[in-house]
Amino acid sequence: MTLSLLLTALLSHWRRRPFQTVSLLLGLAVATALFSGVQALNAAARASYARAESLLGADRFDEITARGGQAILLSDYIALRRAGWRVSPVLEGGSTVDGRPVTLVGVEPLSLPPGALGAGLVDGAAALTGFLAPPWRLFAAPETAAALAGADLPEIQVVEDLPAGTLIGDIAFVSARLDRPEEITRLIVGPRQKPGLDAVETIAPRLVLTPPTGQSDLGSLTESFHLNLTAFGLLSFVVGLFIVHATVGLAFEQRRPLLRTLRALGASNRAVITALVVELLALSTLAGLLGIIFGYLMAAALLPDVAASLGGLYGAPVAGTLSLSPLWWGAGIGISIAGAGLAAAASLWKARGMTILEPVGVEAWRGAEMRRLRVQRLLALALGLVALIGYRTNPGLIGGFILMGGLLIGAALLLPSGLAALLRHLAATARDPLRAWFWADTRAQLGGRSLALMALLLALSVNIGVGTMVEGFRKTFFGWLDQRLAAELYVGGRDRAEAEAIRAWLEARPEVDVLLPIWNADFRYRGWPVGLFGIRDHATYRDNWPILDALPDPWGKVSGGQAALISEQLARRFDLAPGDTLTLPAPEADWPVTIAGIYSDYGNTVGQAIVALPALLERWPEVERLRYGVRADPAMAETLAAELTEALALGDRQVIDQSALKALSRRIFETTFAVTVALNALTLAVAGLALFTSLLTLSATRLPQLAPAWAMGLPRATLARWELQRTVMLAALTALAAIPLGQGVAWILTAVINVEAFGWRLPLFTFPDQWLRLALLALVTATLAAALPVWRLMRLPPITLLRLFSDEK
Amino acid sequence: MRNNLAFAVLAVLCLSGPAAAQGYAGLGQSVEGYATVRPDTPLRFPKDHGAHPDYRIEWWYLTANLRDAAGRDMGLQWTLFRQARAASGPDEGWESRQIWMGHAALTTADTHRSAEIFARGGIGQAGVTRSPLTAGIDDWALVSADETLDQIRVTASGDDFSYDVTLVAEGPLVLQGDRGYSVKSDNGQASYYYSQPHYTLTGTVTRDGEAEAVTGTGWLDREWSSQPLSGDQSGWDWFALTLDDGSRVMMFRLRGTDTFSTGSWTAPGQGPVTPAPGGVTQTPHATHKTPGREIPVRWPLARPEKGLDVEVAALNPDAYMPMVFPYWEGPIRVEGSHSGVGYLEMTGY
Repeated sequence: MTLSLLLTALLSHWRRRPFQTVSLLLGLAVATALFSGVQALNAAARASYARAESLLGADRFDEITARGGQAILLSDYIALRRAGWRVSPVLEGGSTVDGRPVTLVGVEPLSLPPGALGAGLVDGAAALTGFLAPPWRLFAAPETAAALAGADLPEIQVVEDLPAGTLIGDIAFVSARLDRPEEITRLIVGPRQKPGLDAVETIAPRLVLTPPTGQSDLGSLTESFHLNLTAFGLLSFVVGLFIVHATVGLAFEQRRPLLRTLRALGASNRAVITALVVELLALSTLAGLLGIIFGYLMAAALLPDVAASLGGLYGAPVAGTLSLSPLWWGAGIGISIAGAGLAAAASLWKARGMTILEPVGVEAWRGAEMRRLRVQRLLALALGLVALIGYRTNPGLIGGFILMGGLLIGAALLLPSGLAALLRHLAATARDPLRAWFWADTRAQLGGRSLALMALLLALSVNIGVGTMVEGFRKTFFGWLDQRLAAELYVGGRDRAEAEAIRAWLEARPEVDVLLPIWNADFRYRGWPVGLFGIRDHATYRDNWPILDALPDPWGKVSGGQAALISEQLARRFDLAPGDTLTLPAPEADWPVTIAGIYSDYGNTVGQAIVALPALLERWPEVERLRYGVRADPAMAETLAAELTEALALGDRQVIDQSALKALSRRIFETTFAVTVALNALTLAVAGLALFTSLLTLSATRLPQLAPAWAMGLPRATLARWELQRTVMLAALTALAAIPLGQGVAWILTAVINVEAFGWRLPLFTFPDQWLRLALLALVTATLAAALPVWRLMRLPPITLLRLFSDEK
Repeated sequence: MRNNLAFAVLAVLCLSGPAAAQGYAGLGQSVEGYATVRPDTPLRFPKDHGAHPDYRIEWWYLTANLRDAAGRDMGLQWTLFRQARAASGPDEGWESRQIWMGHAALTTADTHRSAEIFARGGIGQAGVTRSPLTAGIDDWALVSADETLDQIRVTASGDDFSYDVTLVAEGPLVLQGDRGYSVKSDNGQASYYYSQPHYTLTGTVTRDGEAEAVTGTGWLDREWSSQPLSGDQSGWDWFALTLDDGSRVMMFRLRGTDTFSTGSWTAPGQGPVTPAPGGVTQTPHATHKTPGREIPVRWPLARPEKGLDVEVAALNPDAYMPMVFPYWEGPIRVEGSHSGVGYLEMTGY
């Protein structure tokens, strides 16, 4: 019998059962889609970081900066060049073009190390001429160029690999535009230097040489986020495979007679298996293609959310474009085929061992089931051990995810055992034979349903965990905002003169209680960006600042001038505690301060510290003195803001009242978790689909068990009701089990993963209303999933049940 | 005239589009707005040792033939080029219209080490001052104790070499062409051009960290112009000979539709004599193949009226300068009716 003939026979099954076909293709496609969609999102974001990091070789070349975050002077640069150092100046600064914020990056092409500025952008004479002389030329990413079309700027040349919002131009153009003629932000150090050069510090004492970070800042910062996404993608993939497993299992069961007939007609077992494998390959390739398309659409839909999340959480710029590499297509189809193979392995194994005259029917299920449960329990135990060891030996982010994966899958593997034990107990309490049969039969079904129930358990507990984390974060964050944003108004001048005018105007107003300067110096502490704020000693801070841990009288110590308060992120990153000494790199000389306390600083992507204002100004006399917090009569705040804006002709962003700032922060928070919430919902939907298809599978194999009960006089309606009850009950039990598991997931998220990922720890809350909502959702899903098979059972012609006996099935 | 290289390099660097595509021929580009070279403007010293920013191109070009304690021959090159990329505009600040380029090389019979630097003007990274006279780019410098070229100290370094030499002039400046007005083609293209070919040199050269004392002779060329070549000229061969009898001979030919050749002869204690066109007319005796090009390294040179009939040969045929704009520049030995040393520069091969 030829392969094509066999295939025709096998495929006829799918033609006759379109629903099953759709279910199989959909299951595989959804699994592939979620997995590859998440990969596409990660790839898009990582490509953006790589662009930002490789800009001007920041990831490859040493760098020279000025101590204390100050500007390098032109004279410092010349001194280094005249001493033989091959360095190239870069001037960076924020500016606005037609009201849009842009980052201007000025470079000096004549001294740039080869390859620093991408693929030879200004190599070649014509390119160079237009670049370093009027009318100038700028480089920008396509979306940036498009957004700035028509602006009063030199010609913009589109360069694919640049970070969003960045304009690169000649340093002459940029320094004129920023009005910083004598300043340089950093120096790129050429990869080859001559031997025998004097040290940088000897030539220019204010400057320090730092090696490239090796791994990109953004890359490591956002790693947690991507791990999170990947974990979600994998979880969805696994859940999707449950669907496929159920469908393939169903198809196999339904085609047993066909397979037997084919064997009887002379097809060898090997030929049948080959045909099944070819069929599976064809279907999974088709599903993989579909999945990639779905995945792309999903990724495109979620990308703005992801970009918002990454921007909100880490300040990471992510361009809004996805690119599809051939590798991505290949990987998508590959994962689809691999997934289908995995899901169909059991069925193929069964087909391999099938003899021509194999009796139909359920074998001694109980013994087999017991064996399987035992294996699962052992597996769960092993996984638990692996998770613990993984976490112990690797306590970082990866360890956290290993712990979570181990906990989730271990718990899922234990679920059937737990349910079986419970059902055994219930069966023992049954007083009449029908009840006893009900429980026993429920237990018998457990094997077929356990995969779907495990999928449901996973989806529910992850939902509870993530929901608890997000909700807990929201609660903590909003409470913290209320504490932290205590001033009624926040004002800022565009330059020192305007800031001075604002200060004078406000101080003359009777309703203003006090002006609190918000002045800061920015620098790197052991390579990490830190903002150092100087504060005036005031009750606003003493009463409201969200202190986590402190020495006695922290504010008194700070106002003494030799102590600092530091943010939780800074403390965790460098393992600092109250009482420790922190050495701040002030421009003139290192400045050691005592850490008086640690405060929470949620959502900040960089480190922060607070010292007394006079102490800050003494060491950083050059800080920008532009911004103030204004304490005033709250009732008058709005009027005050309007009058100030009017009187000094300020722009609309220069005066912000407290409620507007809080609203802004909340909005950032919501967009930050939008993608998590969306993926969460998708996973649950996939779990529902898995439950649905597995019940369909079961309903086909259930008839042989139901037929005897019917023959003994149980009406079909009763049988149908009981079927429904079973399903709902199992779903309810699973939902119950998901609650503690979900709380465990939430604990891992808040106590392990968040701390690693963001540098802060949130208190763990419980949200019973959320549990209830999810449990209800699970029950509704289960009821809906069970409804179709039950409805079919009720309408089943008695002859079908009778025929089961005649067929000896 | 060797130093027309600078025209090429800087013109290609700074001219756009079609001009750049012409390579060395781009030097023939006419340029509006720059100061022009005129036959009736006498050179004035020490003022003319300094920069002439209104002319398009200019250089301070030193070559020297050296000998170490063991009697081995070497050569060094130190060059500072200036190019204005626009006829008007600021000379100071980031927006300066001046661009500078430095080339340095140290050549022995079997090694040739070189380095190059680019810098923009106006910020202090490169430039020339007159009082005292200094010319420099990054850490390379040509420094005089006063406003003259009578005694200079010259330093430069690359990844694998450096030198620090002092040169003392044993004779007067030599004004090339007609009192410094040097014609470059039959169409009248010209430059201001003078030399100090009478230096004796002492100092140190360092190769791979090994320093050694050297002595020798040096030849400094100064030249500036705005449009030095005619449009059809694409390369040149330039010779500077320091003969054992004390004469200093300069010869060049510009290769174009017609070959344009001229030079000068400075006998000890006398002023320069500019011979009639001719001098470099015969084909080379031998060439040296390097990847992608074939370079003449053995030349017959003749000046029958001076009784000169010599062959010059490269000390190291591999003295190719692998720069952004590559060329050949290296020490030579002179043998035949006269003996001596010298330098050879060839472009457009």
